[in-house]
Order: sequence, then C-alpha cells, then structure tokens
Amino acid sequence: MRSAILASLACASLLIGGVWIGQNVNLLPTDASINAPVYDELFKVLFTIGTILFVGMAGLVVYSLIQFRRKPGELGDGLPIEGNLSLEIFWTAVPAIVVLFVGIYSYDIYDRMGGMQPLHHEMHRHETSNVQERIWGGIGSGTVERTEEIQTDTLPIEVIAQQFAFLFHYPKGDILSGELHVPTNQPVSMRMESKDVIHAFWVPEFRLKQDVIPGQPTILNFTPTKPGRYPIICAELCGPYHGGMRSSVVVESAEDYQDWFKKNSKDTILDS
Amino acid sequence: MTTISPIEESSTKELVQIEKEHADHRMFGLAAFLIADGMTFAGFFAAYLTFKAVNPLLPDAIYELELPLPTLNTVLLLVSSATFHRAGEALRKNEAKQCQKWLLITAALGVSFLASQMVEYFTLPFGLTDNLYASTFYALTGFHGLHVTLGAIMILIVWWQTRSPGGRITAQNQFPLEAAELYWHFVDGIWVILFIILYLL
Amino acid sequence: MTIALPPNDQESPRELQPKGWLRYFSFSLDHKVIGLQYLVCGFIFYLIGGALASAIRVELASPVSDFMARDVYNQVLTLHGTIMIFLWIVPVVNGAFGNYLIPFYVGARDMAFPRLNAVAFWLIPPAGLMLISSYFITGAAQSGWTAYPPLSITTPEAGQIIWILSVLLLGGSSIFGGINFIATILKLRRPGLQLMQLPMYCWAMLGTSILVVLSTPVLAGTLVLLSFDIVAHTGFFNPVLGGNVIVYQHLFWFYSHPAVYIMVLPAFGLVSEILPVHSRKPLFGYATMVYSIMAIVVLGLVVWAHHMFTSGTPPWMRLFFTIATSFIAVPTGIKFFNWVATLWGGRISLNSAVLFSCGFIINFVLGGITGVALAQVPFDVHVHDTYFVVAHFHYIVYGGSVFVIFSSIYHWYPKFTGRMLNENIGRFHFLITFIGFNLCFLPQHWLGLNGMPRRVAEYDPQFTFINQISSVGALLMALSTLPFLWNVIHSAFKGPLAGDNPWRALTPEWLTSSPPPVENWTGQAPLVIEPYGYGKEHKEQINETTANTNSEKKNQ
Ligand code: HEA
Ligand code: HEA
Ligand code: CUA
Ligand SMILES: [Cu+2]
Repeated sequence: MRSAILASLACASLLIGGVWIGQNVNLLPTDASINAPVYDELFKVLFTIGTILFVGMAGLVVYSLIQFRRKPGELGDGLPIEGNLSLEIFWTAVPAIVVLFVGIYSYDIYDRMGGMQPLHHEMHRHETSNVQERIWGGIGSGTVERTEEIQTDTLPIEVIAQQFAFLFHYPKGDILSGELHVPTNQPVSMRMESKDVIHAFWVPEFRLKQDVIPGQPTILNFTPTKPGRYPIICAELCGPYHGGMRSSVVVESAEDYQDWFKKNSKDTILDS
Repeated sequence: MTTISPIEESSTKELVQIEKEHADHRMFGLAAFLIADGMTFAGFFAAYLTFKAVNPLLPDAIYELELPLPTLNTVLLLVSSATFHRAGEALRKNEAKQCQKWLLITAALGVSFLASQMVEYFTLPFGLTDNLYASTFYALTGFHGLHVTLGAIMILIVWWQTRSPGGRITAQNQFPLEAAELYWHFVDGIWVILFIILYLL
Repeated sequence: MTIALPPNDQESPRELQPKGWLRYFSFSLDHKVIGLQYLVCGFIFYLIGGALASAIRVELASPVSDFMARDVYNQVLTLHGTIMIFLWIVPVVNGAFGNYLIPFYVGARDMAFPRLNAVAFWLIPPAGLMLISSYFITGAAQSGWTAYPPLSITTPEAGQIIWILSVLLLGGSSIFGGINFIATILKLRRPGLQLMQLPMYCWAMLGTSILVVLSTPVLAGTLVLLSFDIVAHTGFFNPVLGGNVIVYQHLFWFYSHPAVYIMVLPAFGLVSEILPVHSRKPLFGYATMVYSIMAIVVLGLVVWAHHMFTSGTPPWMRLFFTIATSFIAVPTGIKFFNWVATLWGGRISLNSAVLFSCGFIINFVLGGITGVALAQVPFDVHVHDTYFVVAHFHYIVYGGSVFVIFSSIYHWYPKFTGRMLNENIGRFHFLITFIGFNLCFLPQHWLGLNGMPRRVAEYDPQFTFINQISSVGALLMALSTLPFLWNVIHSAFKGPLAGDNPWRALTPEWLTSSPPPVENWTGQAPLVIEPYGYGKEHKEQINETTANTNSEKKNQ
C-alpha cells in the first residue's frame, strides 16, 4: 500500500516536473519568422515527452540498481519471471500511442508551416525556358495564422549558392546582393540553385533550412516577423571553407526596406 | 537439402560423427550470396528507374534501342539455362560424356551472348560518357556482362574438371557443377529483368 | 542429404594451424581466434579514430581554425567517421562477438564457412591501413563519411578513390560475415535445439545479417558508380553532365540507415546476454524480444529518407518516412522495457559489466528520444546537419554501442583469457567514461539548436564556452581509456584465475573450460534449451551438465 502511494506520487511528480521543464526551459534562439513560434510549440511538446520518458527510464534503471543490488552474502537467484503478457501489451501500446500522437501533431505543425502545400513557383515561370523544369520541394508558402496582417504579394528572390558564398538576386529591381534584405511581415519566396556542390540555406532564427542543389532548383518560402540581423549559415559540407560560408539576413521595417531597395535598384522607374 | 530429423533420434556416437563431417551448407551460402548480388542489381535498377522518372532527357537526346540483338541475347541465355540443366542431369545419371557435351554447349552459348553484346556495343550511337542514360546503360549491361564472363569461365573450369577420371567433379561430388548452375540461372534471371527494364520499358 | 566434405578438406586443416600466441597473427580458421582478431584489430582502430576525435575536439576548443588547416579538418572528420563505423563498431559488435559466441550458442564447433570467415577478417586490416595511409600519401577523402556528390567528385581524386576502395573491401568483409552468420545460425544448430531456444544474441545476429546481406550490396554498387564518375567522368551523380545528386543520397542511405541498426542490434543482443546473468533472472519477454528485433529489421529497411528531409524530397515522401521512422521507437521501446523488467526484482551484482550495460540503457534512451524528434520533418528542418544530430548519434553509437562493447569485454574477458579483470579499475573506468561522455555530448544538443552547423572547423564565437566544455569531456573520455588498457593488459598476465564459469552463467559458452579448447567441447556439445533458466528448479540438472563437460575438459 505504501509503495503504491509512493509510486503514484513519483509518477505524478515526474509528469508535472516534465511538463514544467518542457514549458519553462528555453533552448532555442529568438523566433523571427512566422513559422518559428509554431516550431517552438512542437519543440515544447517533444521536449516535455522526451523529458518524462528519459527521466522515467533513467529513474527506473537507477532505482533497480540500488533496490535490487546484491547484498553481501546473498548468493541466490532472483525470481524466475519470464514475462508478463499484459505488461508487454501495455508497453507496446503506450509508445505506439505516443508516437502516433507525435506523428499526427507534427504533421499538423508541418502543415501550418506550409510544408504540405504545393509550391508556389508560378512567379518563376517566366525565366524557365521551354525545357520543362522540375522544382524541388522546400517549405511551401503561407501559413494559416496571421494571414490578415500579411500583405498578399510575395517577394520573389533568386538565391545562387556557390563555393563559398550566397548571392541574392531581386528580379524586381535587378539587385544583386551578398546580404539578404527582407521587409517584415511580407512573404518571401526564394528559388535556390547551386552552381557547384550542394549547400544549404539555414537561418536558425527562422527555424528553416533547405538544401541548395546543383541542377535541381529548390523553393523556400517564409515570412519574417522580427526586425534584426540574423546569420545565414551554410549547413551542408561543401568544401574546406564550408565553415566560413556565412552571410546575414536583415529583416527591417517596410520603409527601411524600401530605402534599401531604392538605393540599390537598377531600374530607373521604381514601382512600389 | 539437409534434413535434421533422422539425426535427431540418432545416438550420441552418430551425432559426433555428423558434427565432424559437417553437413554441406555451401549451396545455402551461395544462395545467400546471390541474394546479396541481386541487391546490387536492384540498386542499379532503382537508380535507372529514378533517373528515368525525374531526369527526362531532351527530346533530341533520346535514342530508341534496337530490339533484335538483345532479343537474340535473351534467347541465347534462356537456352543456355536449359542446356546447363541437361548437363546437371547427365552428371547425376553418371554420364560424363553427355555432361561434358552439354557443358560445352552452354559455354558456347554464353560466349556468343558476350560476342553479340560486343556487337551491340560497337553499333550503338552513344558512348559511355555521352549522357546519363548512356552511362547507366553501359553500367548495367556491363555489370551483367561481367557476371556472364565469370559464369562462362566457371563453366569451362567445371568442364575441365569433369573430363579426367581423377577430376574433382563426379556424380559423387556435384557441388561445383550445381553451384555454377545456380549462379548461371541467377545471371539469366537478372538478364530477363534487365531486358524488360532497359529495352522494353 | 549429408555430404562428406571433398577429400582435401577432410583432414582437418586446423591441425596445421600455428599454436600459441602466433595463431592470432595467422590465417586461423578457429572462430574464437578470429573473434579475438576482430576485437583487438577493432580496438586499435578505435584508438586511432579516437585520436582523430581528440584532434577534432582540440580544433573546436577555439572558434577559429588554428590547430588544423580547414581541408585537413575535413579529412580528419571523414577519417574519424569512417574508421569508427566501418573499422570499429561494425567489425566488433558483429565480427568479434559474433564469431566468438555464435558457434557456442548454436552448439557448433565452428562457423559454417571457416575459410570464408578468415577471409572476411583478413580483408579488414589492409582496408584500414589503406584508408589511413591515404592521409599521409595523397591526402584522405574530405567529403565526410557520407561522400555526397558532387563534392566527392570535385575534391582531390586520389583520396576519395582510396576511400571508396577501402569501404568496398570492408563492405565485402561484412557481406561474407553476414552470409556466414545466417548459415551458422540456421543450418549449424545442434540437433534438438529449437530456434526459439537460442540465446537472444543469435536472433540479433540473424536480424543484423539479413540487413547486411540486403543493404550492403546497394552501397557497393553505388560506390562503384561514384568511382566511375570520378575516374571515367560518367555523369551518374554529376549535375554538370545531367546526373542526379539526390539519387546517390537515396542509395547511400538505403544502406547507411540499416547500417545504424547493424551497429546497434548486435549490441542489443549482447546486453540481453549480460543482464540476466548478473541479475540472476531470466530474460524478460523472450518472444517479444525476438519479434521486436525482426520488426526493427523490417522497419529499418524503409526509413532511409529521414536523412534527406531538406534535400527537396516531395511532401508525401517526407510524411511517410516520418511515420515509419517514428514507429521504430515501438519495437525498440519493447526491448528497453524488457531489460528494465529483467533487472527488476533481480539480485544484481553492481560490477563493471552491469554498470556499462545500464549506462548504455540510459544513454541510448536519450539518443533514441532525440532520434524520434529528428524524425519529425518540421523539427528536422531546423536541426538537420547541426550539432544536434552529432549529439544524437554519438549518444547512440558511443553511449550505446561502445558502452556495450566495454560491458561485453568485462563480461567475457574471463572466457577469453581465463583470468578476471580488476573490478575496481573497471568501475572507475565506467565512472570517468560516463561523466566524460555526457560532458562531451550533452551540450552539443544546445549548440545544434542555437545555430552551430556540423563539419565546420570555425564557428561563431558565442559558442566557444560550450565547445570548450565539450572538449573537456572528450579529454576525460580519452583519459578513461588508459585505466581500461592497463586493466586489460595487466590482467591478461597477472589477473586472478577465473575458473571455467565465474559468473555461474547458463549460456553454452560458459559450459566449457575458459579459455575453451580448439573445438569448443572435448565431448559432445551440451544441449542448452534454457539459456536463461535462472532461479528455476531444474537448474540442478543443467549444473550437472556443466560439471560433466568440465570434467571432460581437464585433459585438454
Ligand atoms: C547505431 C546507430 C543509430 C541508431 C540505433 C539510431 C536510431 C535512430 N535514429 Fe539515428 N542516426 C545515426 C545513428 C543511429 N540512429 C547516425 C550516425 C546519424 C547521422 C548520420 C549522418 O548524417 O552522418 C543519425 C541521424 C538520424 C536522423 C537524421 C538527422 C538529420 O541528419 O537531420 C534521424 C531522423 O529521423 C534519426 C532518427 C533515428 C531514430 C528515430 C532512431 C530510433 O531507432 C531510436 C529508437 C529508440 C528509442 C525511441 C528509445 C527507446 C524507446 C523507448 C524508451 C520507448 C518510448 C519512446 C517513445 C514513445 C518515443 N537519426
Ligand atoms: C561510430 C562511432 C563513433 C564513435 C565511437 C565516435 C567517438 C567520438 N566522436 Fe565522433 N563521429 C562519428 C562516429 C563516432 N564518433 C561519425 C560517423 C561522425 C560524422 C563524420 C562526418 O560528419 O562525416 C562523427 C563526428 C564527430 C564530430 C563532429 C565533427 C564535425 O561535424 O565537425 C565530433 C566533434 O566533437 C566527434 C567527436 C567524437 C568524440 C570526442 C568521440 C570520443 O568518444 C572518442 C573517445 C576515444 C578516444 C579519445 C580514444 C582514446 C585514446 C587515445 C587518445 C590514445 C591514442 C593512442 C594511440 C593513437 C596509440 N565526432
Ligand atoms: Cu556551402 Cu557549406
Ligand atoms: Cu537513419
């Protein structure tokens, strides 16, 4: 009886502690894109489940080692228990349910990030010539939340990666830049292609990464939310200077972005 | 093949005896090896089919493969499978002369397959490095051709060893012949799949 | 049909083998000798791989590339990954313990194909030497252990080609081994021994060998194509010539994901042998353990694309691979719960073998949980190719497989040598390794989440402190090797004599003398139908068998 109470107490504190840790320990950098908060939500859930599972398992092992250790002078064997069907069913079912839940939940998250949507590459049609070209998936565009605040027009950008730099081309003003400038709250659609080996475009604050592949253009869509300067990191081994292949993305208010755009645009007639 | 049931009731002495003699599991090992070998081909086929699905060629680079020669090749190999089988039958019936005859015929069929493959290679309008399909075509048929070459050499060795009375392959020791036969059937089977995927699809 | 072996095989060639310590340097056909050859050879490569890892950690102690040139760093990390996987974990958990134990477990005197077995082993040292010497002669490969084209096509050719050749040799060795294990387990079982009575390690090795036979050839074929791209300038994976770089990744991971189970399933089997002995309880849930191994084998073959979530794979594919990958947690979980249930209520000796096994459970659960997190596409797009992944797999390959290898050495050392290891040094070794390991790899999760990519020699200075903690952990791990080495070498000569069965174990390898005679048993192989019958009535009976075989052994 006492042990039953103790066991349920331990379970309860494990659950509560796990949830508390999952909700309160923040291991992630700032969130600066529309899907970053969604990502953090998923992270919290995974972190909670993971903490409970890990502490629970580790606790069981350590407890068994202490409780059932051989005391000096003991020579006998333990009980010859070979199995227990209901226990087996229990610990098959619980992980299965947890995993199923995690899978469905992360599908939902992915969908909210736009991962399941067909890629918007219409805007890139114009420069793909007669050869029918395959565009490879990244994260699709648009998310369910906050659509109202967002201006509907997307900012198309072409990304060229090569050893060892990113180059950003703005078709609208024919701007070529080594630094990515984007206005807050406007969806950005990037069409990325590599000139030599595989690179990857990663902005930790956006929680987004997409490989940049030679011969197979990829699309990455996102909507920045927080002004600031964030690192762009190449995340795929691409040669000796892979570690130095960095750039930054400047997220700025619409006005600041327009200033930057005007200063750099090659078109004489500015459309805004 | 190996049945353990009669052994189970056997006395200790027999058991030790059998342990010492060590039942012959070489065919089993060979079969496992052929599964592994088949996976190599499966990888190649998968690569080819994926290339085909996602990297369509420009229209002017597409070349229709001629069918007559490869069809002839298919027939050659299928017939050679049958003749090899006859060789095995003959050996089991202890007819060494017959067995040698069929072995030679099989080897000849294998060699003519290789020859006709060579003819095809030289008449094709594309070379190894021309484009993705050319490369894959040569890689697949070449890898298979390598198998046929090895098989033909094996057949000739088997033939050599069935010739002299002191040779190793007799009705009492059929393993080398049976192993070569299994291998040969495997190579033929792969060719049929290859023919369908490469030439007909 | 039982066929006598052909004449020249019949006079047992084993009698012609060298005796004494020289046989460990010979083309021996004795499975026990080959097993130890694998083990020692693997451990030497581990020291080399570990020295390379130490070099990596020294470089990463500061945010700039100062200790090594950048391309040298890439060579070092490629060599480290390749050596650790192909020359240490895979040969040791499969080749070393498999060769030593499987014939005992099935009641055979040797493996099904002893000669093939020796060939499989002797492919390894030349392949390893070739790989390592490439560093000094031509410069090693520098495109990571994954060798993704087009990078692997454009980096210096010589090193990459040598890398391909040695991986091909090692793959061949692994396939030969796999065929041998399958034949031994399925065909060489002692009459009267049923499949479901085999010790768990046999099942683990059967599953692993199936994976080896099905997936390694695909890697071999792929690497051959890659080498054509490098040497003959074909364009399979070369986009300039119209090739497709993603196809390589699919083919590579079709092997390399199963490869991670090739590295861990045998370790699962070894733990299943060790825990029952030292907790004096039967293995909990034998049948479910068997089914979960087979489930892992099947699932393991269909999850490879979870390494490619950012490679532009179509959404349905990501979805499928997320679900399939996540479900591997279920059979794996079954195994872990069963081990805990085996410990529960036992009489556990807290010796080094048990400590390392339990350390394995704790580490692997953490690595598995981060694995399930990585399997979720939206989670993975952030942390793919970062230190989070590095942390994930070191928790599994080091915290899992390497811990189990240590545990197994502590457990079977008396069998190998007839002498005991020093337990106090062993426990000390465990403590330092466990602390060093966690100090090294736990902080790397945070690094990955916060923006440190993997395979870089230089990084954002904000990560310096955490990297230094990690490097200190690596230093502790390196130091922890020293007491272990001393223990193993010293005990081989001076350790107390172990007797035949110091752990009072019931699995067949203990029912003969330690070290065992050449043909394993002088008399008949014992029939062990309850390898985990601890705490049972009829234990007496089995003990009698033990006594019998032992007395027969005295004249050996
Ligand atoms: C022995 C080696 C090994 C093993 C066993 C595993 C096991 C697993 N791995 Fe890991 N993995 C690697 C070695 C290994 N991995 C390596 C080397 C890489 C990097 C390769 C490279 O790029 O260089 C990698 C990378 C890797 C990735 C790609 C990450 C990326 O590059 O972006 C993913 C993604 O899905 C993944 C997932 C998993 C999962 C789900 C398991 C599962 O099998 C884990 C299952 C286990 C558990 C879950 C714990 C026990 C279970 C319970 C206690 C039950 C309850 C649990 C739940 C309900 C969750 N691994
Ligand atoms: C499979 C097994 C395995 C094992 C056991 C290890 C063990 C270790 N690994 Fe490794 N690691 C990999 C597999 C493994 N690793 C793989 C596959 C990669 C990916 C490679 C790639 O990206 O392509 C990787 C990558 C990798 C990285 C990332 C590099 C990068 O991306 O830039 C790091 C960094 O910290 C690291 C560290 C370590 C450390 C500190 C250990 C330690 O645990 C090592 C401890 C052991 C020792 C320290 C040996 C002690 C002995 C001595 C020091 C004495 C020396 C004596 C003589 C030479 C005679 N490893
Ligand atoms: Cu570009 Cu790494
Ligand atoms: Cu994997």
